[in-house]
Amino acid sequence: MGNDAQSPDAAAASVDFEQVQSTEQFQELRKRHRSFVFPMAVAFLLWYFAYVLLADYAVGFMSTKVWGNVNIGLILGLLQFVSTFAITGWYVSYSNRKLDPIASEIRNEIEGHEFDKHGNRVGGANK
Amino acid sequence: MITIATAVDVAALKDTTLLNMGIFGLFVAVTMVIVFRASRNNKTAADYYAAGRSFTGSQNGTAIAGDYLSAASFLGITGAIAINGYDGFMYSIGFLVAWLVALLLVAELLRNTGKFTMADVLSFRLKQRPVRIAAAISTLAVCFFYLLAQMAGAGSLISLLLGISDWGGQALVIIVVGALMILYVLIGGMKGTTWVQIIKAVLLIAGAAVMTLWVLAIYGFNLSALLGAAVDTANNPAVLNPGLQYGKTETSKLDFMSLGLALVLGTAALPHVLMRFYTVPTAKEARKSVVWSIWLIGLFYLFTLVLGYGAAALVGADTIKSAPGGVNAAAPLLAFHLGGPLLLGFISAVAFATILAVVAGLTITAAASFAHDIYANVIAKGKADAATEVRVARRTVVVIGVLAILGGILANGQNVAFLVALAFAVAASANLPTIIYSLFWRRFTTQGAVWSMYGGLGAAIILIIFSPVVSGGATSMIKDAHFAIFPLSNPGIVSIPLAFFLGWLGTVLDKNREDPAKQAEMEVRSLTGVGAEKAVNH
Repeated sequence: MGNDAQSPDAAAASVDFEQVQSTEQFQELRKRHRSFVFPMAVAFLLWYFAYVLLADYAVGFMSTKVWGNVNIGLILGLLQFVSTFAITGWYVSYSNRKLDPIASEIRNEIEGHEFDKHGNRVGGANK
Repeated sequence: MITIATAVDVAALKDTTLLNMGIFGLFVAVTMVIVFRASRNNKTAADYYAAGRSFTGSQNGTAIAGDYLSAASFLGITGAIAINGYDGFMYSIGFLVAWLVALLLVAELLRNTGKFTMADVLSFRLKQRPVRIAAAISTLAVCFFYLLAQMAGAGSLISLLLGISDWGGQALVIIVVGALMILYVLIGGMKGTTWVQIIKAVLLIAGAAVMTLWVLAIYGFNLSALLGAAVDTANNPAVLNPGLQYGKTETSKLDFMSLGLALVLGTAALPHVLMRFYTVPTAKEARKSVVWSIWLIGLFYLFTLVLGYGAAALVGADTIKSAPGGVNAAAPLLAFHLGGPLLLGFISAVAFATILAVVAGLTITAAASFAHDIYANVIAKGKADAATEVRVARRTVVVIGVLAILGGILANGQNVAFLVALAFAVAASANLPTIIYSLFWRRFTTQGAVWSMYGGLGAAIILIIFSPVVSGGATSMIKDAHFAIFPLSNPGIVSIPLAFFLGWLGTVLDKNREDPAKQAEMEVRSLTGVGAEKAVNH
């Protein structure tokens, strides 16, 4: 059954989003989201540009050999990989614990409200 | 294997042409069958543009990796490490770290607020017409530069892999690649395109993994020994240190900063990457997609580090540079050295598949943007039905395909690396500020969006025109003219901050206020997924 592309919009039109936006619950979700992603984005961008600056302007330091032929530059480069993987894992676990439960609660409240008002379920699975 | 102990004989490569073509033909046949089967359920616009939103996060993540790991990543980065050592490695770090921008700031929020294209999100709470047109223009510009680079890259790859070195033969191959790509996209839509990308990503990563283990095995799984061998063959200990390519002058150091900025901020604003987030049913699956692609892409770039230094040690920079295809030949030559004609044939076929999959992804993005943003919402003013819109999209696919073939033939042999860098710089300048502002800044207005998008796009293109890549240098497009008044090859360091500034300035100077109800709707939707389109049930 093909889904008409307009239906979610039509459903959303009858929701008072400003009211939802002002609820404590939504403000909490917004705060939790921003207080994680903004500092994290700043942190990894600073760490990346610190690395680029070192590679650009501190060649001697980066060329210092640590283990056999492996130098500081290679280690810092590989640490960029490690930090990228670590931030990814951290964000996923944070979302699962702190963001998803509250987001689906708000979503169910709004969509449940729609169910009462129109007598049919909206948000994708409607006929 | 006859060639393992001896040095690589470049002339012998031509003997494997038939084998390369056979393996590539097999790939085309298998993917065609899959595309035909996948396309049987293509009925609505959501089917055609967004594969019915029916892919899982892991499938989509693999497809994103397939889309992202273009020939430039695989052949280009391996070659760059083989020739320039450490500086080539720094490319791959920028390409990977960039995914955190997509993961943290863009992917899920975009999936929750848009339907088919980037413009859906950007015009959500602003004035539809001007913002949609601007977003569509920058989408088409990015796709065009990227597409041209891939098509022209196909031409130069041919000279090495198939032994076709005359202009007419290469043009014929570009036509074949273009025609195949049109067929995939026309028949398969986003679903077919996605499957081609998934298959290609699996083959590419598997092939690279085998070669990586092989190289490591030769050096007893000792990274230090591999690096030592690379130094010995190159007879230059500096290949392990930064600066071989970018450390020459103060300008080249600044150029590297500029490139790094464009890479890190451009990825999350590439329209063909953004559009992939609409092929999954929920924001949670969009998140899963990015996680998968970060792991796959990260793993792959670790492989290229080994492959690059492996090629430097086993094949040698001089042999690579003198081979047809130059720097791009490092990975294929290493494959030939390790596994003889069969592995070379496999790697060559994967490289072709790579180009095919990436151009297919770009074409469907450009076609969707034209049909959905310009035709349906601006020309037909939202009155076109979905069937007409898809019909327009299919026609656009043919037009874009023909343009890509012609452009590819004309650009064949040109310095094309800058086209990819330009695509990233344009994406980061024209798209990213508006994406970030409209998702996170309540006060942001239409005027800010329009100033930022046109300002970023214009600045990036004008700076490129007056840069050394177009005129004045040994590798410039126009060697005899000298109008390179901008010293850097990459415009990012100027155009990206400028676009952010213009977005802010346009907003604070705007007397109009945007509708707070739309802002509330966008914010609630983006964070909770209320009203987002789910999977299409067939």
